[in-house]
Amino acid sequence: MLGDQRNNSELFWEPSCSLEVLQLRAQVYASIRAFFKSRCVLEVETPLLSQASGTEPTIQFFETHDQSGLKQHRLFLQTSPEFAMKRLLAASSGSIFQLAKAFRKGEVGRFHNPEFTLLEWYRIGFDLDALMDETADLLVILLPSLANQKARKLPYKTLFKDAVGVDPLSASVTDFSAAADRFELPDAKSICGQDRSTWLDFLFSCVVQPVLVNTPLVMVYDYPACQASLARLKRDDKTVCERFEVFVKGIELGNGFFELSDPVEQSRRFNREIAHRQHGGLPAAVKDQRLIAALEKGLPHCSGIAIGMDRLLMLRAGVDDISEVLSFGFGRA
Amino acid sequence: MASYSTNEFKGGLKIMLDNDPCSIIENEFVKPGKGQAFSRVKIRNLKTGRVIERTFKSSESVEAADVVEIEMQFLYHDGEFWHFMVPDTFEQYSAGETALGDAKIWLKDQDVCTVTLWNDQPLSVTPPNFVELTITETDPGLKGDTSGGGGKPATLETGAVVRVPLFVQIGELIKVDTRKGEYVGRSKE
Repeated sequence: MLGDQRNNSELFWEPSCSLEVLQLRAQVYASIRAFFKSRCVLEVETPLLSQASGTEPTIQFFETHDQSGLKQHRLFLQTSPEFAMKRLLAASSGSIFQLAKAFRKGEVGRFHNPEFTLLEWYRIGFDLDALMDETADLLVILLPSLANQKARKLPYKTLFKDAVGVDPLSASVTDFSAAADRFELPDAKSICGQDRSTWLDFLFSCVVQPVLVNTPLVMVYDYPACQASLARLKRDDKTVCERFEVFVKGIELGNGFFELSDPVEQSRRFNREIAHRQHGGLPAAVKDQRLIAALEKGLPHCSGIAIGMDRLLMLRAGVDDISEVLSFGFGRA
Repeated sequence: MASYSTNEFKGGLKIMLDNDPCSIIENEFVKPGKGQAFSRVKIRNLKTGRVIERTFKSSESVEAADVVEIEMQFLYHDGEFWHFMVPDTFEQYSAGETALGDAKIWLKDQDVCTVTLWNDQPLSVTPPNFVELTITETDPGLKGDTSGGGGKPATLETGAVVRVPLFVQIGELIKVDTRKGEYVGRSKE
């Protein structure tokens, strides 16, 4: 009995964030809802548990199963609400937003919690530039420290070239490797090998992002085509895609796309990623055929973005660890 | 051979890197939303004491280092080796000058230190945070000066030299903070 009591008092049952931060989160959510209401964007809710999974080889899903009769069905916790929201768009929902939980296996760190909250929204008829402007409008409301600060927009290529000294689009793997030597990153070669996309991720994380620490708000656009994900390639320059990322003080807050609506191209990208996962020995992904069917019906021209709410709250509250903005961080969940 | 995945990296974990035993100071998980995950790790090389930064691909596995820290009593110095004993088991270890490093100027018989063993060989020795040593040599202070302003160098029985206040004399036992190499006060004994 005594032993039990001691064990219970050693468990961290208390919240990992302060009560002030709980209130701050509620305030921020209220501001978001007011912002979108004033712009006639509908709040929606979609399933967290899905029969299809994400396919990206760099994002790992949590999986479970359901049983009906003798049959077992694989089910997946969503890694993002993107597919379901696009199906709503194809069903003529108009512009929509959602505050949703997303789940990514293995992502634990100062800026990562395996279960986290995304604010994701889609704007019918918006191009990427219009969405960047709207994102800046919202962030200035949610982060008072950004008031009176001008949002910078920078092409990926310019930013990368200024920080790293090589052109991310045309440089060879040898050039990347030489740059890594200059920045004393001895592990780069063995980690990145011949993979251009990994080289870009590596140098961006280790060299470019630290440079952004003093920049209040920057939107980085025209991502290299090999990092297109679910964005369209640019019409007049196929070496880049219609994707942007938002950074506040060097912290990656969100990812925006001018959405790919071509079902054939989407299906091709899914297949390529599924093959890549298989090749890397990762759990098999289940392709979302319902999304492909929705794209065949027709996705209106739209742009969409997801913002990490927990990181935004970290900036707002001025804390260094994501668990300090979560009621119960992963270690206490 | 035991190994750790980068997911298990945390402060204090001992790993092998470039054939040297190292201790992890901190681990930062880095991952672009749509990209490859990395672990950026600050590591101390336990042989050289140097702190370096390294990057690992996430979930890569790294060989564990067989490194343990054990409290041992310092027995004696035979001119070449410093001999230590684990009080509970009476097991004895001898460490060379490289492993002793700066610790050698603080150690007196019977002192309990932390000895870091790598593959059961002493790799480094951390002296107690505070030691009490007798002054063997120092200038006589100016008469009547009790303020201690300025101070003077004093040689201790182990050969270490620390700055002490002017009123402290030869033969006195003083307490020293080994982490800073600073005089703390006269010992009560």
